[in-house]
Amino acid sequence: MSLLEIKNLHVSVDNHEILKGIDLAVNAGEVHSIMGPNGSGKSTLAQVLARREAYEVTAGEILYNGKDLLAMKAEDAACEGVFLAFQYPVEIPGIGNAYFMRSALNAIRKYHGLDEMDAMDFLPLFREKLKLLEMDEKLLNRSVNEGFSGGEKKRNEILQMALLEPKLAVLDETDSGLDIDALRIVAKGVNTLRGPERAMIVVTHYQRLLNYIVPDFVHVLVNGRIVRSGGPELALELEETGYAVPA
Amino acid sequence: MIAATEQLGTYLESFTEFQKRAAGRDLPWLRELRESAFARFCEVGFPTTHDEDWRFTNVSAIAKTPFELARDAKVSKREVEQFGVDGPGCHLIFVNGRFARELSSIGQLPAGVSVNSLGEELSANSSDVESHLGRYLNIQRDVFSALNTAFAEDGAYVHVRRGVVLTDPIYLLFISTTSDKPVMTHPRNLIVVGDEAQATIVEDYVSIGETPAFSNTATELVAGENAVVSHYMVEREHRQAFNISTLRIQQGRSANVSSHSVLFGGGLVRNNVHPVLAGEGGECLINGLFIGNGRQHLDNYMLVEHASPHCASRQFYNGILDDHAHGVFHGRIIVHKDAQKTDAKQTNRNLLLSDDARIDTKPQLEIYADDVKCTHGATIGQIEENALFYLRSRGIDEIAARKLLLLAFANECLDRMAEGGAREHVEKLIHVHLLQIANSVTRLPGATVGVDAGRNLEEIG
Amino acid sequence: MSTNLDTIRDLAQQEYKWGFITDIEEERIPKGLDEDVIRLISTKKQEPEFMLEWRLRAYRHWAALEKSQAEPKWANVMYPAIDYQNMVYYSAPKQKPRLESLDQLDPEILRTYEKLGIPLQEQKMLAGVAVDAVFDSVSVATTFKGKLAELGIIFCSFSEAVRNHPELVKKYLGSVVPYTDNFFAALNAAVFSDGSFVYVPKGVRCPMELSTYFRINAAETGQFERTLIVADEGASVSYLEGCTAPIRDENQLHAAVVELVALDNSQIKYSTVQNWYPGDKQGKGGIYNFVTKRGKCAGVNSKISWTQVETGSAITWKYPSCILQGDNSVGEFYSVALTNNYQQADTGTKMIHIGKNTRSTIVAKGISAGHGQNTYRGQVKILKGATGARNYTQCDSLLIGDKCGAHTFPYIEVRNSSARMEHEASTSKIGEDQMFYLRQRGLKAEDAVSMIVNGFCKRVFRELPMEFAVEAQKLLSVSLEGSVG
Repeated sequence: MSLLEIKNLHVSVDNHEILKGIDLAVNAGEVHSIMGPNGSGKSTLAQVLARREAYEVTAGEILYNGKDLLAMKAEDAACEGVFLAFQYPVEIPGIGNAYFMRSALNAIRKYHGLDEMDAMDFLPLFREKLKLLEMDEKLLNRSVNEGFSGGEKKRNEILQMALLEPKLAVLDETDSGLDIDALRIVAKGVNTLRGPERAMIVVTHYQRLLNYIVPDFVHVLVNGRIVRSGGPELALELEETGYAVPA
Repeated sequence: MIAATEQLGTYLESFTEFQKRAAGRDLPWLRELRESAFARFCEVGFPTTHDEDWRFTNVSAIAKTPFELARDAKVSKREVEQFGVDGPGCHLIFVNGRFARELSSIGQLPAGVSVNSLGEELSANSSDVESHLGRYLNIQRDVFSALNTAFAEDGAYVHVRRGVVLTDPIYLLFISTTSDKPVMTHPRNLIVVGDEAQATIVEDYVSIGETPAFSNTATELVAGENAVVSHYMVEREHRQAFNISTLRIQQGRSANVSSHSVLFGGGLVRNNVHPVLAGEGGECLINGLFIGNGRQHLDNYMLVEHASPHCASRQFYNGILDDHAHGVFHGRIIVHKDAQKTDAKQTNRNLLLSDDARIDTKPQLEIYADDVKCTHGATIGQIEENALFYLRSRGIDEIAARKLLLLAFANECLDRMAEGGAREHVEKLIHVHLLQIANSVTRLPGATVGVDAGRNLEEIG
Repeated sequence: MSTNLDTIRDLAQQEYKWGFITDIEEERIPKGLDEDVIRLISTKKQEPEFMLEWRLRAYRHWAALEKSQAEPKWANVMYPAIDYQNMVYYSAPKQKPRLESLDQLDPEILRTYEKLGIPLQEQKMLAGVAVDAVFDSVSVATTFKGKLAELGIIFCSFSEAVRNHPELVKKYLGSVVPYTDNFFAALNAAVFSDGSFVYVPKGVRCPMELSTYFRINAAETGQFERTLIVADEGASVSYLEGCTAPIRDENQLHAAVVELVALDNSQIKYSTVQNWYPGDKQGKGGIYNFVTKRGKCAGVNSKISWTQVETGSAITWKYPSCILQGDNSVGEFYSVALTNNYQQADTGTKMIHIGKNTRSTIVAKGISAGHGQNTYRGQVKILKGATGARNYTQCDSLLIGDKCGAHTFPYIEVRNSSARMEHEASTSKIGEDQMFYLRQRGLKAEDAVSMIVNGFCKRVFRELPMEFAVEAQKLLSVSLEGSVG
């Protein structure tokens, strides 16, 4: 059984259908990339997987680890191991980064009946992950995403992913706005987390990222449907030909 | 407006002559562009301090002077060397606004990168130039842009095509030479950085000699989707110079642009930075440092337009003003109706080193969307006597201590520049200049403050 | 739509938790206000002649203002005209003439305090807090006087102070807020019923937080408290004021005056948690809270710090201010003001820099939800002689939903060129995306809301004494109402 099985997924926002029947199966250990032009529904798919309620699922089902993902609330999905690296990470002023991440980690631990981790145990872990993302220790106490540059925000997302160790990581345009150095660091962070227990869905608008995070499968999403699927070579082909969709 | 007409005859003469010989004079689209721009200039004339955008800067000295178009001049390699533009990368040298190929070194460029003089591109009737030139600068809004467009002929043309990452900077050095009459130049640059491409551009304005000159420069910078661009503007002309510069940035989706302005030369200087965040998720950093003494007037005007959702803009300007210098920070942010989730931040910090130095700082927020975050802050202060004393008590002499404190203040700006040749170049120039300032400051600080702190946050929500 | 929003709404639906009415016998005088009423109040309170004279002068000043319709209208709040002749200006619980111990207190009053969660009992001493509780207008219980008296600290009701320390009252009363200051200050000076008085003598650090709970209980009774705190040279004191009030249909006017005087090298810290009845969800009822609070840093190196968390009242009109007269004196203002449903708040501060090297800090956080209107109005004035003055102002607004408003009116006046001014302002909206982000990381919706709001207010909460900070956090999560747009 696949870790994630999406069957005939239809999703609307304000009565406007955005996803028009998605079928996708993702196994543990695999990295899938979803590519497509603006407005094709890539981000919608990512947000539905993370259970954002603003999106109305009008048909279809999603099985995650054999469970009905659509019946889960956002926090339950998170605790079950679904992680979304946001396209636009949100600022939470006044809440320190370390405190926030420890709260998140403990919420998930509590869900699984584990003891909460205290600050003493948490800090070394946090520092280790900071190193992986080549991030400054100052980030320990800075407010969540506040005053971060676009690149720092994206790195902070991957830092959280490294810390929360999800089963299914969905990366929504984690590459956009990054310069080449930051892109390499983010890719390194993501690649370190690749493993047989973990699946990743990398949503991107640009092929560039896939030079650094080489996917096992590439799917092309156009106008709410997956129109093509293939191996990593498909991304290169798209680089040459574009999405070739009527505007 | 009245002032402009005083010298209209001179401008008309210059323009007539210009239209006869200028590069690209046979291209109908260019002819029309220049003519409509000149008509606009004649129609509105130079701004006065009644114009809200020019409230703190009086340009009547420019309006009254009969500037003529600068002639070609010879400059030796040696003379160029003194300006220290020698880091790795591509170097384009312009003398009196005209490309000097013999002084320039374009070097080995990766495939997909074109660097040339705009004049040559125009002569060759490049379709690329036609599709971009004059498409972004607003000649209706800004009369100096109109004037520049009327006389647009030469400058740099840079095109970095899709996906190409250019690590070394492209330096553009603009030299104005001495002349027996007041002269003007209108350098015009066009920089196009394609989708997912990366580039760094340095514009550097210098002068040889000390005769009155008016540089009215304009740069159109187009950053494609996901492009990463750094732009530096350095003004270090002599004190008789008038320098009006405009950087118009057009940003595509997820494009990341930084503009760094470093102003310490010139007599009357106005630097306009006008980014339009046209695509979703764009990020723009506008970083500035202005250091004035004597009777310098340094005006920093920003117009940041948020036209798409989820864009972030950051304005950080630090000013150091001594003697009778007058600094202006005018940061205007417009958030269009559809630009939800805009995150705009503006900070202006100033150090006044004398009683007669003056700073006018004016934040201006116009917000038409309802879900945005806008922050602004301004500080005005002096060198901390305590800090100075502390350093001196540790054996550092007063001048060195002052320089250290000024440098610490300037470093806030330098720290926002990405590591690399461009930053090193600017850093060197700032160090030398600050040492001069530190040497000249001996009296106790205390200064005139003009704060225009009108906030305009009420409309939100 | 989303459960994020539902949670916020659920929180919003919580009824005013502290609303109840105590049955207690009251002694009151008839409605209306004239010189006879003033004389009656003064007589009932057995005041010396100078107090009556002062009240009468204030009354005449107020009456003239009222006649010329000089009730202030500049604040950004709206309310129906107040009929000052339709109010009762004095009411006191009937009580035995003298209390030997708390056991003698009306058991109904004691129960009231227990419901409010005010531990007036001995455990208060263990907690290090002395309580001077004002029930309606007259002080009914005062504790720890003995301990404070040992140090020479006077902490008593204003009435007692007038009787027992007339020279101190005479010296400082009206010295910071004269009765001519404003309409409501004049009214208060004429009719003030009671309040607290604190005097900390030279060189004494008050060893405990002094606290007072005010409570408006009798229907249709305007409440006119007056507080005077004097810190003599080198003294320091921290004073807490916390309020809850029962549900009433009719609006109640509250026009208090607080005066602080800090002499050379002294410090006064004044903290408030205000949670009076804000009116119901339709905007009916609620307290009108028109307060004049001002401190004078009269001496060199003195410091006055105001911290307030304002979640209650239908209308709040309040500007705790500092007059920085002594050289090197410091003024601080930390504020969280929350408005929701139909609450209106126009609040802020004034920092008047007179002395050299005076410093002031303003941190104002406004939270608007529902139809709430929240205005920050702050003045920073640097006078000519205030060489080296510094001010830092930070003013942030958080909007919850799209029917509320946040307004910012800063007034900056600089007459001395060596001034150093910093100001920051921001307006942001708590939205579905913030909630979703936190929930995506595994946090429950209610934890997410409180995390966002507490993060926003952190800088102010940090200034509150520990037990107040906890109460303030609780208050915010209870009061947080509205829907996310």
